[in-house]
Amino acid sequence: MTTTDIIVRLVLITVIFLITLVIAMYSTYAERKVAAFLQDRVGPNRAGPYGILQPLADGAKMFMKEEIIPARSSKFLFIVGPSLAIMTACIGSAVIPWGQTLMIGNYALDLQVTDINVGVLYIFGVVSLGVYGVMIGGWASNNKYSLLGAIRAASQNISYEIAMGLSIIAVLMTTGTLSLREIAAQQHGFWSHGWFTWNVFKQPLAFLIFIVCAFAETNRAPFDLPECETELVGGYHTEYSSMKLGFYLFAEYINMFISSAVMATLFFGGYNFPYMHHLGLSANWVTILGVIALFIKIFCLIFFFMWVRWTLPRFRYDQLMDLGWKALIPLAIANIVITGLVMNFIK
Amino acid sequence: MSIFYFIAFLSILFAVLVISAKNPVHSILYLILTFFTFTIQYILLNAQFLAIVNFIVYMGAILVLFLYTLMLINLNKDAEPVKSNMLKIAGVLGGGCFLVVIIASLKALGVSQPVVLQNPGLGLVKNLGKVLFNEFLLPFEVSSLLLLSAMVGAVLLATRDKKTTV
Repeated sequence: MTTTDIIVRLVLITVIFLITLVIAMYSTYAERKVAAFLQDRVGPNRAGPYGILQPLADGAKMFMKEEIIPARSSKFLFIVGPSLAIMTACIGSAVIPWGQTLMIGNYALDLQVTDINVGVLYIFGVVSLGVYGVMIGGWASNNKYSLLGAIRAASQNISYEIAMGLSIIAVLMTTGTLSLREIAAQQHGFWSHGWFTWNVFKQPLAFLIFIVCAFAETNRAPFDLPECETELVGGYHTEYSSMKLGFYLFAEYINMFISSAVMATLFFGGYNFPYMHHLGLSANWVTILGVIALFIKIFCLIFFFMWVRWTLPRFRYDQLMDLGWKALIPLAIANIVITGLVMNFIK
Repeated sequence: MSIFYFIAFLSILFAVLVISAKNPVHSILYLILTFFTFTIQYILLNAQFLAIVNFIVYMGAILVLFLYTLMLINLNKDAEPVKSNMLKIAGVLGGGCFLVVIIASLKALGVSQPVVLQNPGLGLVKNLGKVLFNEFLLPFEVSSLLLLSAMVGAVLLATRDKKTTV
């Protein structure tokens, strides 16, 4: 690895980090606008034209608020909780292929921070680590509501991780690789050999299970039981104020962005779009259009997350567990068996 | 090599902190850090698959369950049962015997000769899968059967008094 490589990597990481933060910031704005749209309201419209500066105003408010650390709580762990939540949310973006290779002069720039050959498993590791931020924060608050929220988060995450892992196994059986870059490359274009190339058309059931689990893993409605305000005040972040609360809320939006990016890469062809090599454009232009296509897919999925949140009511806790263990896991296993049989007979 | 020694030092430090921490939740958190240092060791050995599986299974699932259980049970100082001296002596004796066994087995192994990895790509998913499903197929399947039976047993224990609760 030369010095140029290291500098390029650092720049790439910084750019992705900034894009992630900006998207998370404007997701909060988008969420309020979508909610307003679905409920026939106007939404935030005071700060700037169409309320476009609302996230900045919210951020300033978060920083200005009084910081409260409850007495008799574990002070160090109380601060570690939100830090861990936002850190685990951010590191997931490292293995996502944002685009093909860009040629700048003679330098080939891969639009991906690192292509490890266990990329899919890395995503799972990061997802499973994400629950620690919630658990440590909830426990360190020394509050019964927070503790209940933390415990709910832990059991929910563990239950849905299993179904998520099983649903992805069926996809991996058809792709035959764990590298996200190769999975994206296999879904080249849109149509080949008489069938769609995107995995969502090859594994629709796996996608359905995966997206339900993604809702549960990111603690989004209808699975937002860890912060269920009607029962638990604010769940794990009851005791948090100021920017520490902001970190928890921010981590949720970053998680939503990253899981949308993962879903777009695994199931919707990543940076591929129809007719990408029949337009007669140069490779660099195709790459840039591919990045734009990926972001459009991600934004559609984020919109879907918000749409569901403002449409469906929250699950009851036993319904949540029933759905996870008695419906999704058997379905995922059946999907693996069917995939195996089909692969064996069609070959 | 210096990275190895630094990480090994961290592993031992966190492992000592696990047993010396007063608060059980703190000691679980130290245990998580200990497992994290193991993950780094696997990466240094170029065993990416083992590293990530260690990360997902131990750090992501088993220790979350540990933490979950510890948060549920109330571990106050006064609620802790007072152990008799006989039990303490028995514990020390048992631990000492275990230490002797470990030291003896390490001496018999002759660790002074470092094992040189024949194939640096041995830990990659592709090679590991081939070895696991060809050479070691029978032990692999037997161990999965063992896990399945343990799972069935746990489910049976949990649903034992179904008639009374409904």
